[in-house]
Amino acid sequence: MRLADTLRFARDAATGYPLRTALSVLAMSIGVAAVVILTALGDGARRYVVGQFSSIGTNLVIVLPGRSGTGGFNPANAITTTPRDLTVDDAASLRRAAAVSRVAPLAVGTSEISFGGRLREVMVAGSTSDFIPIRNFEVAQGRGLPDEDWNRGSSVAVIGSKVRDELFGNEPAVGHLIRVGDRRLRIVGVLKAVGQGLGMNTDELVIVPVSLAQAMFNSNTLFRILVEARSREAIPAAREQVMEILKQRHRGEEDVTVITQDAVLATFDKLLGALTLGVAGIAAISLAVAGILVMNVMLVAVTQRTGEIGLLKALGAPARTIRLAFLAEAAMLSTVGAVVGYLLGQLGAFALRQAFPVFPAYPPDWAVIAGLSTALGTGLLFGVMPARRAARLDPVQALMKH
Amino acid sequence: MALIELAGIERVFQLGDSEVHALTALDLSIGAGEYVAVMGPSGSGKSTLLNLLGLLDRPNAGTYRLEGRDVTTLSPDEQARVRSERIGFVFQSFHLVPRLTAAENIALPMTLAGIPVKERHERVARALVNFGLENRADHRPDQLSGGQRQRVAIARATIMQPALILADEPTGNLDRHTGEEVVNLLEGLNASGVTLVVVTHDQTMGARAGRQIVMEDGRLQRDSARNADAPG
Repeated sequence: MRLADTLRFARDAATGYPLRTALSVLAMSIGVAAVVILTALGDGARRYVVGQFSSIGTNLVIVLPGRSGTGGFNPANAITTTPRDLTVDDAASLRRAAAVSRVAPLAVGTSEISFGGRLREVMVAGSTSDFIPIRNFEVAQGRGLPDEDWNRGSSVAVIGSKVRDELFGNEPAVGHLIRVGDRRLRIVGVLKAVGQGLGMNTDELVIVPVSLAQAMFNSNTLFRILVEARSREAIPAAREQVMEILKQRHRGEEDVTVITQDAVLATFDKLLGALTLGVAGIAAISLAVAGILVMNVMLVAVTQRTGEIGLLKALGAPARTIRLAFLAEAAMLSTVGAVVGYLLGQLGAFALRQAFPVFPAYPPDWAVIAGLSTALGTGLLFGVMPARRAARLDPVQALMKH
Repeated sequence: MALIELAGIERVFQLGDSEVHALTALDLSIGAGEYVAVMGPSGSGKSTLLNLLGLLDRPNAGTYRLEGRDVTTLSPDEQARVRSERIGFVFQSFHLVPRLTAAENIALPMTLAGIPVKERHERVARALVNFGLENRADHRPDQLSGGQRQRVAIARATIMQPALILADEPTGNLDRHTGEEVVNLLEGLNASGVTLVVVTHDQTMGARAGRQIVMEDGRLQRDSARNADAPG
């Protein structure tokens, strides 16, 4: 039998029983669609988190006060167990590290901002001129904080776009005096709207010089020190040097925690990648179930068409032809199911992206390929047994069933 | 040379613990172009004989020579090839594929044999004309009358131009008139040189054959040809 004839025969056989064919195609397509959508979700989550985390800066090394993790007995710990605070001078001292290109201290607090009788609560970030470039923020109007002595904060502020919109509406904001807490500050710049970023909404942020913020909140400690390494390769060196300098300044005590953006990123990447693989595996179970369903359908088909198989044998069809015809039918069911499922899955992922624009729900290529080939593979694999059964039927017995 | 030569054919079925001898020590020779009616009561072995002749079944013992060639020792695929090229079947219940049109049903043996599409179309078109089915080419079996269905089946049986046509109660599911038509058709084929073996219950139909074989309990009870050769 010619290949084209075999395929046509299998197609006619499949379409001859529309309900049965539709159901097995549906099962297979649900399996494939599940793989596509679930991996799109998993990989979307990974991309979202990684994207968010890389948007906070490039080659970042972040210093936190206090140590995480448990250390052994250390003579220094015996004298004092309270971690020293991070100070602006600590931050300034990091600028001499060879692997470091930029440093920005960060003090954070909340305060009230008012202009023209309008009042709202805002988050105030005290930092220096390098903060905006390190965090990859962009200034929409005016300029950033002035480059000045870190201990001498001038009375200026850079505000987020939402703060600007709410206080000034359509009026230009740069140059106006606002009140933050008990200070009067002049607005020198407005940040470009970027939206949510790792729990800190930069659109609702007010950035002031670090010494001003410390005075405002009546404290001399820092929330974080953001350190930018010279290059990706310099990150481990920067981490070492930062650690070393702060240890010296804190009398040999390692009372700070230094995390690198890279390490956190890699951890998230690995974690969420494993999660994606996990959901793909769960979805693959539905593919196996669909494969078994195709087998079931084909077994029913063999029983239902026993008389026809007997006829084909009587008309001179060798076992191979009959095997191929049934295998082709099984392959067709799973191929159509896989293609429909792929389209459904892509549609689902598209719908997800429409519903949640910030969420990059694209199915990864490996998942699509694995899903489709698993579908075809199981369809064929589970088609072999019914096809062999059909080919082995005794023609005399088969012809009697009609 | 005889088309069919059966020598010492035995066919035994295992039914539970007991053995049933469907055919016992059967010797039979059918010449090319003969018209043979096989008759006998149910269970006499006539269907088993037809299945053996059609290579759908294998004997437990004995040899079957078709056109001088021992076909009992052939592999299943070689037997399938012989069926495809030399034997046509006509069944009581027609055995048409319900989802295929009349033309596709007629073409099925050629499709299975891998004959090119063009030649298939030509031969099917000719067959449709010969069997008076020109207007029924695109009808499915459920849109055809019983007589038309059997005509499609006969067209299918002859499309590969076999040497032998085996018909199992070809008129069993037809009324008298259409049955008559179908018999005429088969006899016409026989007249053109095809060997025809018909299994039938119908005495009148059997009487029309050139040779009658009556079976009972797996044995040849009466063979009109043998009687003619050696009476008594």
